[in-house]
Amino acid sequence: MRALCWQGNNKVGVETVPDPKILNPRDAIIKITSTAICGSDLHLYAGMIPTVQKGDIIGHEFMGEVVELGSKVNNVKIGDRVVVPFSIACGSCFFCNRDLWSLCDNSNTNAWIAETAMGHTPSGIYGYAHALGGYAGGQAEYARVPFADTGLLKIPDGLTDEQVIFLTDIFPTGYMAAENCNIQPGDTVAIWGCGPIGQFAIRSAFMLGAERVIAIDRVPERLAMARAGGAETLNFDEVEVGEALKEMTGGRGPDSAMDAVGMEAHGKGFEGLYDKVMQTVKIQLDRANVLRQAIVAVRKGGTVSLPGDYIGLVDQVPMGAFMNKGLTMKTGQTHIHKYLRPLLDRVQKGDIDPTFIITHILPLEQAPHGYEIFQQKKDSCIKIVLKPGLVAA
Amino acid sequence: MEIKSSGTGSSSENFSDTERWGSLITGGALVLSGLSQRSLRGALMAIAGGTLAYHGVAGQKSLQDTVTAATGLDKPLRVEKTVTIQNKSAAELYQYWHNFENLPTFMKHLKSVTVMTSTNRSHWVANAPLGNSVEWDAEVVNDLENQLISWASLPGATVENSGFVRFQAAPPGRGTEVKVVLEYSVPGGGLTAAIASLFGENPEQQVGDDLRRFKMLMETGEIATTEGQSCGRRS
Ligand SMILES: NC(=O)c1ccc[n+]([C@@H]2O[C@H](COP(=O)([O-])OP(=O)(O)OC[C@H]3O[C@@H](n4cnc5c(N)ncnc54)[C@H](O)[C@@H]3O)[C@@H](O)[C@H]2O)c1
Ligand SMILES: [Zn+2]
Ligand SMILES: [Zn+2]
Repeated sequence: MRALCWQGNNKVGVETVPDPKILNPRDAIIKITSTAICGSDLHLYAGMIPTVQKGDIIGHEFMGEVVELGSKVNNVKIGDRVVVPFSIACGSCFFCNRDLWSLCDNSNTNAWIAETAMGHTPSGIYGYAHALGGYAGGQAEYARVPFADTGLLKIPDGLTDEQVIFLTDIFPTGYMAAENCNIQPGDTVAIWGCGPIGQFAIRSAFMLGAERVIAIDRVPERLAMARAGGAETLNFDEVEVGEALKEMTGGRGPDSAMDAVGMEAHGKGFEGLYDKVMQTVKIQLDRANVLRQAIVAVRKGGTVSLPGDYIGLVDQVPMGAFMNKGLTMKTGQTHIHKYLRPLLDRVQKGDIDPTFIITHILPLEQAPHGYEIFQQKKDSCIKIVLKPGLVAA
Repeated sequence: MEIKSSGTGSSSENFSDTERWGSLITGGALVLSGLSQRSLRGALMAIAGGTLAYHGVAGQKSLQDTVTAATGLDKPLRVEKTVTIQNKSAAELYQYWHNFENLPTFMKHLKSVTVMTSTNRSHWVANAPLGNSVEWDAEVVNDLENQLISWASLPGATVENSGFVRFQAAPPGRGTEVKVVLEYSVPGGGLTAAIASLFGENPEQQVGDDLRRFKMLMETGEIATTEGQSCGRRS
C-alpha cells in the first residue's frame, strides 16, 4: 500500500510499504477513505518529538471501511463504515473503566519509556513516536486498529466523511478542552490558538454556555474563522494580550484561559528568545509562553485548560501566580472514546457542522505538500483532509 | 553475606526472624528494603520451614567469595515490582501463574518451563544471546493457595535465583495487587555478565515489562504489540 512516512526533520514522503495485517485477536484492518493532518503531526514534522524513527507511518485522524477482523471482534462487521479514536484503549483497565481512555494502562507497547520520563504511561497513540507505542499511523491506504472492539464507532448512513472524520480527534479535543474550562453562566473564556483545536473549542465553549469567547492568534484567516464562530479576537502581533484581556473583562480577567497552542508557541521579546534557545539546545523541549500568559491573564480563582501538547520540562512557569491566585488547571490527551457518541449526536442534530474547518482536500500522494502549507500557514490552510482514493487534479 | 546471621543463629532469633520475614513478605511494605542485607532465598526458606541448606546460606566465605565481595561482584541482583490488575481476583491470577508453563507467554526471556509432574520441581530454559540458552531446575518453596508462590533454583544453577509472587486484593473495585520479588546471584561472583546475558542491559525494566505483559494478558486477553506491522524505509 501507499503510506506517508516520517523521513527526518521537516521531511515526509509517500512510500510503498507492506499492507498491514492482523497481529492480535482484537485487531481490525481498515481501508482508509479519509485521513487528516493534525497540529500534533506538525510537532513530529518539525522534529520536536523524541523517539520518532525514519520510516514510521504517521497520522492519527482516520476513518474508513472495515476489511478484515480478528477472531475476537464482534461489534462491527466487514464493510462497516467506522471512525477510529486517535488514542488506543483496551476498554477493560482501571482507567478505561473510569472513562479516562487516553490514560489506558494496556496499549503502550513501550510503556517503560514514558514511565521513565513521566512516572506513568498514557495510552498508545497511532503514528506518534515510539515512546507512545510506535503504532503505524493512518495517513495511508490501510491501517491496523488494535482493540477494535472498543475503539470503532460505526457511522450511520447519510453522513459524509467530512462530517464525521473530526470525531477522531479535533472536535472531541476542542470539546473536552471547553469542558475543562468549567464554564458557568455568564463566563468569558479566553482561547490562545485559532488552529483546528482552538476553532472547535470556541464553538464548544458556546455550546457549553459561555457568554463570551476571546480568541487569540495572529493569522488573519484563522482570526476571521474564529469571529465566524462567534468569538471576539485579538491579534498578538498587534496588541499586548494580557492588557487587552484585562481591559475587555472589566479589569477582572477571563474566567478561564485555554492554551490551544502547546509547545511550539511563538514568543516575543526576550522570553520568546529564551525558550527558543533552550529548545534548540534540547534543554527544554517545550516553548511555554502561552501557558505563562494564560496563568497570568486568567482571573483569580479561575481555570486554566490545556489541550495544547507538552512533552517535557517547562522552565519559568509562574507558579507563584498559579498558587496565589488559587487557580485550577485541567489537561490531558483527549478521552475520545467518551465523546464519540454524544458528539456524533450533536452532528446529527445539527448543533454543529464540523466541515467548516476544512480548507483543503488533497490526494494522499500530495500529503508532503499538505504538511508544508499547513506548517507554513500558506494558501490560507487551516485543516487538510487527505483521500487515498483521490487522483490528483 | 550470610555470615552475620549464621554466626548468631540462636534458635530464638531464628524464630523471631521467621516471623519478621513472614510478615514482610505477606504484608504490604517494600519487601527488599525491609530485607536489607538478608538474602531473599534465606528468608523464603526460613518462612517455609526450610533448613537453609542451600549454597551460600549457612557456609563460610571461601577465598574466592572474599575476593568477589571486595570487588562488589557478589552483590545479588534484586528486583521488586508491583502492578495492580483490574477485574481479576487473586484466585484467577494465582491459577494462571501457578501453571508455570504459562510463564513464557508473558516473560520474554523465558523459552520454556516444564513442570515435572508429581514433584514440586520444574525445569526452566531461558534465552541467552546468539541463540544460546541457559537452563536450571527450580523448586517451589512455599505455595499458599490464591496468595503466594515462592520458588528457588536447585543447587547447580549457573545463576542462582529465587523469588516470590504475591496476590493481594486491593480495596473493593480496585483490582488485585501482584508483587514480584526476585533475587539472582552467581556462586563465585561474575554476576553482572551472567545477568546481562540473561536479561540484557536493564533487568529491572525487563521484569517490569514482564509484569506489564501479564497485566495486559489478564485484563485484555492479549498482549499489545507492534511486531510485524508495516513501516517505510528505516534509513
Ligand atoms: N490534547 C489533545 O488530545 C490534543 C489533540 C490534538 C491536538 N493537540 C494539540 O493542540 C495544539 C493545537 O493543535 P492545532 O491542530 O490547532 O494546531 P495548529 O498548529 O494548527 O494551531 C496552533 C495555532 O496557535 C497559534 N499560535 C502560535 N503561537 C501563539 C501565541 N503565542 N499566541 C496565540 N496563538 C499562537 C498559531 O498561529 C496557530 O494558528 C497542538 O499543540 C496540538 O498538538 C492536543
Ligand atoms: Zn490530531
Ligand atoms: Zn485500558
